[in-house]
Amino acid sequence: MARIRLDHIRHAYSPELAKAGNYALREVDHAFEDGGAYALLGPSGCGKTTLLNIISGLLTPSEGQVRFDDRDVTTLSPEARNIAQVFQFPVIYDTMTVRENLAFPLRNRKVPQAEIARRVDDMLKRLRLETRADRKARGLTADEKQKISLGRGLVRSDVNAILFDEPLTVIDPHMKWQLRSELKELHREFAMTMIYVTHDQTEALTFADKVVVMYDGEVVQIGTPEELFERPKHTFVGYFIGSPGMNVLPCEMDGDAVVVAGHRLALAGGRANTASGARIELGIRPEFVRVVERGGGLPAEIEKVEDVGSERIVRARLGGLPVSAIVAEGQPLPADAALAFEPGALNLYADSRLVERTGGRA
Amino acid sequence: MEKTWNNKAWFFVLPVLLLVAFSAVIPLMTVVNYSVQDTFGNNEFFWAGTDWFTELLGSARFHDALIRNLVFSAIILAIEVPLGILVALAMPKKGIWVSVCLVLMALPLLIPWNVVGTIWQVFGRTDIGLLGYSMRALGIDYNYVQDPIDAWVTVIVMDVWHWTSLVVLLCYAGLVSIPDAYYQAAKIDGASRWAVFRYIQLPKMGRVLLIAVLLRFMDSFMIYTEPFVVTGGGPGNSTTFLSIDLVKMAVGQFDLGPAAAMSLVYFLIILLLSWVFYTVMENAGRDRAVKETAE
Repeated sequence: MARIRLDHIRHAYSPELAKAGNYALREVDHAFEDGGAYALLGPSGCGKTTLLNIISGLLTPSEGQVRFDDRDVTTLSPEARNIAQVFQFPVIYDTMTVRENLAFPLRNRKVPQAEIARRVDDMLKRLRLETRADRKARGLTADEKQKISLGRGLVRSDVNAILFDEPLTVIDPHMKWQLRSELKELHREFAMTMIYVTHDQTEALTFADKVVVMYDGEVVQIGTPEELFERPKHTFVGYFIGSPGMNVLPCEMDGDAVVVAGHRLALAGGRANTASGARIELGIRPEFVRVVERGGGLPAEIEKVEDVGSERIVRARLGGLPVSAIVAEGQPLPADAALAFEPGALNLYADSRLVERTGGRA
Repeated sequence: MEKTWNNKAWFFVLPVLLLVAFSAVIPLMTVVNYSVQDTFGNNEFFWAGTDWFTELLGSARFHDALIRNLVFSAIILAIEVPLGILVALAMPKKGIWVSVCLVLMALPLLIPWNVVGTIWQVFGRTDIGLLGYSMRALGIDYNYVQDPIDAWVTVIVMDVWHWTSLVVLLCYAGLVSIPDAYYQAAKIDGASRWAVFRYIQLPKMGRVLLIAVLLRFMDSFMIYTEPFVVTGGGPGNSTTFLSIDLVKMAVGQFDLGPAAAMSLVYFLIILLLSWVFYTVMENAGRDRAVKETAE
């Protein structure tokens, strides 16, 4: 097991693209601590799979270094790095039994027979696949197959990290929850570094201790699920995480206050230091927007109300700006509505990045 | 709802029945008709019963042609299948060379049979052919017109040249359908080149290989044009395969009865062997499926 350090990694898929400044991965400088559960979260094409392949050694980065503990592994192959990877579509060896599948990586490494048998039996038990042990692997369900691909990594004692590339894509929805909690359990048991790539926020937030949010080839925020929810460091994190995402409203600075759609709004906390000329935006999560009688907040028009069962999502317009609010089931909605923002939950962004305010947040 | 019962649906089947009748059933029955009668032309027929069949099955000429043909098919399969797999494995999977290779591979398949025969007939000639002349110049005693071994080698090499491409293309189709993740997983599992072939590539090629073996077997068992053009069945009878023999009998000697009997036996042999091949190879796959569902 090892701490994985990504030292100023940049990657372009060809030298021409690099020359044009077209990097799939713009710059990543980050360390994955030994034994942690990480998620790489981002929309399709944000570079998360590129980053994963760089860690596993399937790709060599154009610039920068990958270090496992203090060893430079940038140019080493996946097998030399002792990495295991679980792919989007389950990879199993069709003609082998479940047991042979699990034994395969050990056999290739010339582990003694008795040791292989012991470890494979142990792994079958942990994956709850004992009853399937001597069946051909190709007749199994997708989630069982995915467990086998994971098992082939876990069964090796020398693995530095296990990487998951959207492993639940082909799993039936009702099995996803179960497999995810089993994954989490296995992580606790083995205390291995696990890095999990996904574009599904629920998967990322439930699996990982720390979530790395990527956007357009860059890491925009690394934090616990709680931090990502409360203090999104980038407007992208704000609207990518949460359902519905954070409201991002263009505004202007006016001393200690901001002006949104012609209305002045005082900011809690200290003065914001923003560079002049920056694009200023105000972020507020729908959870912290209240719908009140006109006079109690900023006057707004309610456009539609979506009932999602446990609560209602109110889509409103503040001036010309769309704003979503989450309202409890059963709460009456005023005909002439206004929106009230919880002052402590307001985040200010300059050029999409969070403005740290002196005095901090209440 | 009341269902109406009538026989109108038969009208929809009728065109197919007519088509099959004229393209298969009636010609086949004509052959059956010939096979149990004797004729000297003039539409005069004499009942012969099973005479032609007993005569055929006991004739050394038929036995020899059958064995010759079986040996030929076995050699063809033993060379073309492994060679086809090897070539398919060596072909590039990405880039412009893919199309170049595919076109090169498809070329022999596009050439008409008798042209292939003519090409090799000239190629192997010792007086003007590149192959024959060069062999002579190198001091190798090669003459497919006189030496049965040389004739066989020529016919086999020609068939390999002509048809290995088909096996290659089928195998290649199987290979490119394997997702990259399999190779990456194998790399991570530390699999050797041989293990990748044995556990990933070969199982994924299974279905297309079955088709390749069947096609190559049936074609080689019915081979006629190329050896006929090159050797004409000779020297002696050494490259007289079943179909060449059949044509000699039917057209050359105008023995319609025996020829019809032979056609039927020949047809049944191909049908039987193809069925055996298919069942054996399918069973290899079904055994696994049965084991899976048994639990």
